[in-house]
Parts: sequence; C-alpha cells; structure tokens
Amino acid sequence: MTDTQTWTADQPIVRITDVHKSFGAVEVLKGVSLDVMKGDVICIIGPSGSGKSTLLRCINALVPINKGSIRVEGQEVHDPKLNKLELRKKVGMVFQQYNLFPHKTALQNVMMAPVTVLKQNKTEVEARAYALLKKVRLEGKEPSYPGELSGGQQQRVAIARSLAMNPDVMLFDEVTAALDPETVKEVLVTIRELAEEGMTCLLVTHEMGFARELADHMYFTDRGVIVEHGPPEDFFANPKDPRTKEFLGQIL
Amino acid sequence: MEGFFAWFQWLYDETGINLTYFYDSFDRARMIGGFFTTIWLSLVCLFFSSIIGIVGAWLQGSRLVWTRRIVQGYIQFFRNTPPLVQMYFFFFALGNLLPRVKSEFGFMEPMLGNFTWAAISLSFFAGAFNVEIFRSGIEAVPESTREAAESLGYNRLQSYLYVVLPLAFRVCLPALNNNLVNLVKTTTLAYAIAVPELLYVSNQIWSDSVNVPEMMTTLLILYVALVGLLVWAMHRWERAIRVPGYGT
Repeated sequence: MTDTQTWTADQPIVRITDVHKSFGAVEVLKGVSLDVMKGDVICIIGPSGSGKSTLLRCINALVPINKGSIRVEGQEVHDPKLNKLELRKKVGMVFQQYNLFPHKTALQNVMMAPVTVLKQNKTEVEARAYALLKKVRLEGKEPSYPGELSGGQQQRVAIARSLAMNPDVMLFDEVTAALDPETVKEVLVTIRELAEEGMTCLLVTHEMGFARELADHMYFTDRGVIVEHGPPEDFFANPKDPRTKEFLGQIL
Repeated sequence: MEGFFAWFQWLYDETGINLTYFYDSFDRARMIGGFFTTIWLSLVCLFFSSIIGIVGAWLQGSRLVWTRRIVQGYIQFFRNTPPLVQMYFFFFALGNLLPRVKSEFGFMEPMLGNFTWAAISLSFFAGAFNVEIFRSGIEAVPESTREAAESLGYNRLQSYLYVVLPLAFRVCLPALNNNLVNLVKTTTLAYAIAVPELLYVSNQIWSDSVNVPEMMTTLLILYVALVGLLVWAMHRWERAIRVPGYGT
C-alpha cells in the first residue's frame, strides 16, 4: 500500500503528510504536512527548536519518522524496503557546518560521491566537477583543501558537491548561519542562481530578505507544527497568527 | 671484505672484544638469518595487527549487540593477559589440538610451526590495542561528517573506508606509532618458542662463544636502529598525509 504510484511532474515532488517525530519523550514534529511542486522554492522559518531542521533531515531519511508519510517523486522515503541510494540521488542536502571531507581537495570533494558511490567514469566526473566549481565561482580553488578555504567558499564547495549527484530536490539547512556576514551573500547568490534555473529548493533559513525575495511559499513552524504558511507577499505583509507576528516582529 | 672481517679477528686477539658474527661465517649466517626473521616477523605482525585493528573497530560500530560484545571480549582477553602467556597458550595448547601432518623428512609434526604461532599470537595481541586506537580515531570524526557522506549516498562501509577511516588515521597515528614500536620490541618473545629471531640467535652465539656482553650490546644497537627506522617511516607517513587545516 505504500508502494510507488507512478509519479508525474504535475504532482508534488515532495509530499509530506502528517509527519510525527519524537526524540525520546520529546515530540519535535507533531503532524506536519506540506507539498512542494517541482521548481518551487520553499522557505521554512521559525524559532530554534521548532523542528525545521529535523523536518529537512526526515526528507532524505537521515532520521526516521514515527508516523506519517514522506514521498519524494511518489516514492515513500521511510519504506524500510527503499533503496536509500535511489533517494539520495534525488535529494541533495547542504548543511550549516558545510561538512566537507577535510582530507580531500575541493575538486575531490565534488568528485568523490559520483565516482565511489555511483561508479561513474572518472574523467567525465572530473570535467563536470570543474564545471560545477566554476558555476559556484570557485574557479582556481580546485586543489585547495577545505581548511584553506573561507566558510563561504567551503559552503559553495558543499553545494557543488551535492549538485554533482544531479539531484532533483535540494535541501538547505541554515546554510548561511555559520558564515561571516560578508560571505553570506556569495552563498545566497549561488542558491538564487540554482532556484532561477528551476531547481526545487527547500530552505531552512534566517535570511528573511532573501526568503521574501526568492520563496514561492513561506512556512512558519513553532513547537513542531506549521503555524502559518502562504506566499511571501501576504506572509510578511499581514501575518495572521500571533506567534508569526511575534517572531517576525523580533527578527525584522 | 676479507680485510674487514679479519680486522675483527685482530680486535678480538688484541682487546678480547669478541664479535664472532663478523669474522666467523657460521655465526654471521646465523646473525643475518636472525635479523631477517625479526624483520619478517615484525612486518607480518604489523600488517595483520593493523588489519585486525581496522576490522575490529568497524565491527565495534555494528548495530548487532553480539558482534560488539565479541569484539569487546577479544580486546579484554588479549589486553588483560601477558603476551608471553598468550604465546605459550597458542603454541602449546592450541598448537597441540591441531592435526599433525607429515614433514618433508617423514616425521609427524604440528600443522603450524613456531614462527606461524608467534605471528598469530603477536598479531592478535597488538591487534587488540589497535582496535582501541582506531576506535579513538573514529570517535574523533564528527557525526556530521558521516551524515554528509550518508546524504551523498554512501553506505556504511563506503563511508567507513573513504571518509571515516582516512580521517581517523590522521588522528590516531601517534598512538598507533607507539603500539607498533612496542610490537617490534615484543617480537623478542618469540624466543620463548624457539623462533630463530635476533634474541634467539644471539643466545646461541653467546652460548658457543661466551661473549654475552658483546652480544647484548649488539642486540641493543640493532633494536635502536630497527625501531628508529620504523619511527622515521611512520613520521614521514604522518607528514605525507597531513592535510592543511585539519587535526593540527
């Protein structure tokens, strides 16, 4: 019953239905539902501890869920029989702390997964990795190790590394939260370009200006539930829920 | 060469310092044989104890509780018993349980010889410590790095081989160095089961020629050189895999 229905592009590419998740006695997601259409940019905001990061991590099955359903391209993510690799090819993730492989150069970081996991041809992957690093404006940084790069540069390598797997959906988990203010912009520019090319993006972010400008849809979460959502114009101009008002009031 | 050897004969005649392995070809052959036995035994044990360490540390991360318990039991057993007792146990207890086979001279003899048993027992002995050493390195690799690998589609083994282990190596190399240095020195225990390594052949030589102080001094110098070489090689390796901005 949880098997794949044939998925077509007019259906949500990510469909989250009534997801519950607990860590021990603490319930961090209390019935979250949201749909993402192909090419959409979704921004999720909310106070810390509201479960936004956990929600992203559930989408690519880094953490299991207790109840509910998450489908990516019609495929149930938390089906125990699911080949995780198939899911990870579809869904790329970028982390707050970049999490690059420190013993590999920028180029090798981008190349590693396609070569070792997907067993793709090394010369082809290398050409693609050069192109991806160029795309994130890191031409010339290919032989540098993560330790030699700034935070913003590392984060762009991390984005290129995810893109090398040719994902259909990208998850960004507070990707600018650990960056210096002056390097935040270079990462946001990269994400904007991706979004403009039609990549489906789910962002957990605190960059309200960026969210307002780029998002097709805003979600505000608090204490494990989606309190309010809507197109950014409405969402920022006249938030309805008092909690959203308060949060936006503090942040803007 | 002959002049070089003759000089030691002269040295003995003049001063009484008796380095038989220079001027006596029989002792020389014994000494060279002992030297290479020690090196070979060390290399075999270095290799297998490292493999045991890598595999053991991987199994320690297993989801199956019994796998973890067995690894833990192995570590406890080999860490809490003297290596000499272990070697005797392997050679005399386990060795006798194995079926006997006909040797090339037609005698019945144990399947595994003393060199093999020494290699096995020392590898397991040093391997137990290596498991713990690699585990400490693995624990130093942040969970988030592993998660990044997982999100890129790596399975558990791929993530261990390509991400966790290379990083763990860099963290635990100093501790690994120490244990491997100890291992090379512990190969002298094979003396106890008559493996003709350096200590054993030295003993044979001094029993024949009564040149105990000379042979003891020789042994010490040789081990200083051997271990020095190992440490030098490990430090070179440590430098070679050092990564800018990581682990320093």
